[in-house]
Amino acid sequence: MMLSFEDFPPGHFGTFGPRRVTREEILGFAAEFDPQPMHLDEEAASRSMLNGLSGSGWHLCSIMMRMMFDGFIGRTASLGSPGVNELRWLAPLRPGDDLTLDIEVAEARVSRSRPETGIVTFKGLVRNAAGVALCEMVTPIIVQRRADIATGQAG
Amino acid sequence: MRFFEDIEIGRRRDVGSFTFTADGIKKFAAQFDPQAFHLDEEAGRKSLFGGLAASGWHVGSVCMKLLVADGQRLIKEALARGEKIAVWGPSPGFRELRWIKPVLADDTISYASEVESLRSSEKRPEWGVVQVRNTGTNQRGELVFSVLATAFVPRRNAGP
Repeated sequence: MMLSFEDFPPGHFGTFGPRRVTREEILGFAAEFDPQPMHLDEEAASRSMLNGLSGSGWHLCSIMMRMMFDGFIGRTASLGSPGVNELRWLAPLRPGDDLTLDIEVAEARVSRSRPETGIVTFKGLVRNAAGVALCEMVTPIIVQRRADIATGQAG
Repeated sequence: MRFFEDIEIGRRRDVGSFTFTADGIKKFAAQFDPQAFHLDEEAGRKSLFGGLAASGWHVGSVCMKLLVADGQRLIKEALARGEKIAVWGPSPGFRELRWIKPVLADDTISYASEVESLRSSEKRPEWGVVQVRNTGTNQRGELVFSVLATAFVPRRNAGP
């Protein structure tokens, strides 16, 4: 049974993970998408504002997406997202971090332009094993309403 | 890379373009965003996107890739002129990220960056805070991606 708009009332939705992030993953993502010394080179990273090798913020976002997929998006009648209202990188992602993701539904409303869908605004918070918040994101996702999954009208 | 004092509001730079191949879209999606419309042509066609669509995080990560490459080109040019190099600090985040239109297989996105605001950092007087609007435009001239990003930029006379 796919999750639909009706399954996302405002409030705490769930906690997902842990997800281990390895040094190899951090270096691999940085080499392809964000080859700044603070993400690639231990020596340069130790002299940066972040005091040591850290993962790219876009890597952390992408891992957060994957944790959302594994946690619930993969079984949700999701039609995609129009964007991210706000994203804050609060502390560096380090090699070997075990991440957990807390998901809260900040708002859920039926779409005015496509009433067979709803817009669920999620607030996600990623923490490391020590409980330090690394990244916070507020993002709306378009989700089908239950009646329309049953009749197959949308999607 | 420029120092805080050398940055002007409204300055726009083209930072390069990137073609999203079907293989590249699927590879990123398999790792980070394995929703069917990012992995499979048929599922993409049936979705709101109307074709195999790149993950929005892929579109954003490529923007970062081109910004970093552009910054490294600027550093090389400044070094060649014998100038002092400004090493930009990390970003505290972004706002107003919009995936305005889907990026489909074989689309070529041209990215640009424009300075929107400048302010001093209260906690770190040796740094300034810059907000830039980064955008992506496809081969038909349609705006597909926009984000208002924040970065710490060093001041010219901040000491060592």
